[in-house]
Amino acid sequence: MNATATALPRHREATGHGEGGPASKRVVVGYGFWIFLLSDIIMFSAFFAAYAVLSRETAGGPSGRELFDLRDTAIQTACLLASSFTCGMASIAVGQRSQLWTQIALLVTGLLGAAFLVLEVREFTSFVERGAGPSRSAFLSSFFTLVGCHGVHVTAGLLWLGTMMAQFLAKGFRENIRHRYLCFSLFWHTLDIIWVALFSLVYLVSSVS
Amino acid sequence: MSHHGLEGEAMDRTPGDDIDDAGRVGAAVRTYLLGLVLAVGLTAASFWATDTHLIYGPSVPIAISVLALAQMGVHLVFFLHITTGPDNTNNALALAFGFLIVCIVVLGSLWIMTHLSQNVHSMDQIMRMQR
Repeated sequence: MNATATALPRHREATGHGEGGPASKRVVVGYGFWIFLLSDIIMFSAFFAAYAVLSRETAGGPSGRELFDLRDTAIQTACLLASSFTCGMASIAVGQRSQLWTQIALLVTGLLGAAFLVLEVREFTSFVERGAGPSRSAFLSSFFTLVGCHGVHVTAGLLWLGTMMAQFLAKGFRENIRHRYLCFSLFWHTLDIIWVALFSLVYLVSSVS
Repeated sequence: MSHHGLEGEAMDRTPGDDIDDAGRVGAAVRTYLLGLVLAVGLTAASFWATDTHLIYGPSVPIAISVLALAQMGVHLVFFLHITTGPDNTNNALALAFGFLIVCIVVLGSLWIMTHLSQNVHSMDQIMRMQR
């Protein structure tokens, strides 16, 4: 170790070039959580496969084309995309240690996520009222499982988001809290990626075929 | 230790990732904004594809799938910061492996199930044959 190496700021130590020792905790935490998210994506892919196989098995009941309202889907997509953006803004605010902007960006992210959930619950209840509940046909069973599973993830994400806001307020921008926030932002952005697959392959494709 | 100086360090970092000095805030916001604009454009394009007559009807689902894949790529790079930078190699490799499993699960299921429904007779067909 020479003098210049010790004088370097923390984040410069691990470079991925095999110099300066093992990767920083931030890189390792992000990697581990990314592995978990990929396993979550693989679970979703199984639900997607079930939906793709069963999407035409309506058993005489309503098809996706008759049920889906694409205007609601567009609003839901806009909510989730905007919340992904404000979540990114919160990441920048956390990097800047700005309590005010962190709380504002996270609050907007949470409100947009809640608006998305309200629309989804409204859609589900309207389907059930029209006699198109999950027990109506194989198509509807797989639809409710797939979209409902994403909705459960968003709900869990909202609880996590509230926890993060409280922890930033109570504990400040400690390193372990920032690592927790890194995991949350990866989770939230991944939910948006899954929604991209959902609105494209479930809502849009079934409205044209 | 210092033979790859600041330029090397800058290349290790993904744009928009872990901003801790004020000078990079503008660049980071621009990265997210660019990602948002690209994502909105691709979303609008796939909604547009559902009710246009400019695309040959049966190929619309393919067009929507391609746009969705592109948008997932945009989200991965601009929002999740999964790139091919040195600090990100493991993440990119894990993503490649995850993508392989997803393809096997989805395409494999579709392949097997379409073959099954073509080759296996349904119950009423069997009853008709037994008469």
